[in-house]
Amino acid sequence: METMVELDHLSKHFGSFVAVDDISLQVAKGEVLGFLGPNGAGKSTTMRMVAGFLTPTSGTVTVCGHDVVDDPVAVKSRIGYMAEGSPSYEDMTVRAFLSFIADIRGIPKNARAGRIGEVVEKIALEEVIDRSIDVLSKGYKRRVGMAQAIIHDPPVLILDEPTDGLDPNQKHHVRSLIEEMAPEKVIIISTHILEEVEAVCSRAVIIGNGKLLADGTADALLSQLPDHNAVCIVTAAASANDLKSKLQLIEGVDKIDQVDRGEGTAQLRCLPANGMSILDRVSEAARSSGIAFTEIYQDRGDLDTMFRQITVTEGGSRHA
Amino acid sequence: MRNMWIIAKRELYGYFATPMAFIFIAIFVALNGAFTFYIGRFFDRGQATLEAFFSFHPWLYLLLVPAVAMRLWAEERKSGTIEQLLTLPITTADAVVGKHLAAWIFCGSALALTFPIWITVSYLGDPDNGVIAVSYFGSFLMAGAFLSIGSCMSALTRNQIVAFIAASAVCFIFTMSGLDLVLNFFRGWAPGFLIDAIAATSFLVRFESITRGVIELRDLIFFLSMMVFWLFASTVAVDSKKAA
Repeated sequence: METMVELDHLSKHFGSFVAVDDISLQVAKGEVLGFLGPNGAGKSTTMRMVAGFLTPTSGTVTVCGHDVVDDPVAVKSRIGYMAEGSPSYEDMTVRAFLSFIADIRGIPKNARAGRIGEVVEKIALEEVIDRSIDVLSKGYKRRVGMAQAIIHDPPVLILDEPTDGLDPNQKHHVRSLIEEMAPEKVIIISTHILEEVEAVCSRAVIIGNGKLLADGTADALLSQLPDHNAVCIVTAAASANDLKSKLQLIEGVDKIDQVDRGEGTAQLRCLPANGMSILDRVSEAARSSGIAFTEIYQDRGDLDTMFRQITVTEGGSRHA
Repeated sequence: MRNMWIIAKRELYGYFATPMAFIFIAIFVALNGAFTFYIGRFFDRGQATLEAFFSFHPWLYLLLVPAVAMRLWAEERKSGTIEQLLTLPITTADAVVGKHLAAWIFCGSALALTFPIWITVSYLGDPDNGVIAVSYFGSFLMAGAFLSIGSCMSALTRNQIVAFIAASAVCFIFTMSGLDLVLNFFRGWAPGFLIDAIAATSFLVRFESITRGVIELRDLIFFLSMMVFWLFASTVAVDSKKAA
């Protein structure tokens, strides 16, 4: 596959603070890359360097064969970028703003109105097109940011927390937009929501304290999460100990945590050895034990716990 | 050039999106009238010139031009739109010059709206229209130079008030540097060439020489190179401060 975005030993220092520390990665056409990490991990700083807003302290960024430092305008013209919080000129109407972006993105005058119409329809902005941006809701503002990023149909799309602060319907809409555009482009999004990685990303990297901690397909990454594939069973508190002793005998069950859930029920959380799937065995054993249980489910893993571990194990020097 | 013009258009849109632009122009025109007719004693002079009118421009600009320039970059940084602006396929210089151009056009239109004063003097007497045209041009040039200082100060901070005060202070230094008040301070000890150099950076001295009716090449070069210098400094400031 054709590599379109390449980061090579990229670093960014702010004074003595190292925001991005030697990140190298390549993204090919058709990939949707998710940047995962706690706040302040260096996700936005990395994206800002790729988008040409910040100059790297060392290392290079190459987009479609152009170096971001040597030829920033060529790089910027190939990127659609939505900054965190999608700041846009609030004193303008949506139409005037998009028209300004289309103009400066070099869309010819006779094609401009048509292109704006297409994007507005795609992003569902018809209702607010002649309203001033400062009176729009957060969801609409985010969509305006999205619209300006795709108006010139760029080969590379960089979206910094595209669904942050949106309601579930809007999130769904943004995700389906990303999916729809994915085959044609390189899309890089940042997020700290696990379901988003599962929903849209073909690949994910974890960034913590400026370093690249993990890089792989979304599934491979999920399997590294703490508590991935843990199986939870809810049963009556009275029979919990009984069940626990039975489940402990299953091969592949590493450890069982018991949590009191109130109202006379307890939850048994079976942690697998090596992240293997133990749902079948646990449910089989539970059923054959004859002890009644009301719920059984498999955990996908917990990104928050992972983020906390990153922040703690890396020395806790966090940048807000 | 094309990009600069697109940026300038957007910026002008920003100026006129609120009533502030019209209020500013009204104040500018009213103050010009007040200074010319009352403080400048236009009628008592009994001369068909606009000398009184133009002589107040450096002092008016000292306060009004930084007010126009203060939002240029400080606001972009405060609202975060600078990230939007500088990830568009333009250079920082495009953005700096485009914004300056918009502010300059805005000041130019305010200046043009003082035309009733010219009509008045033409009605009352027979003024030298060549001198008036040259003086208008000189005033416009000076506004551009003040604006470029304001642009640089605005790029250094995200606080518009700070930008305003800093720009006024720097503009004040460049205005005052030709006056004896300042030069006397140096005369006691500084060599002659230094005093000449300081006097030569004065907007006031340059502008007064233009309002006599002649644009000398060196005055033109002075104002243009002032703009080039301060806009270059703005570009450096924007590039180095954008992330802060």
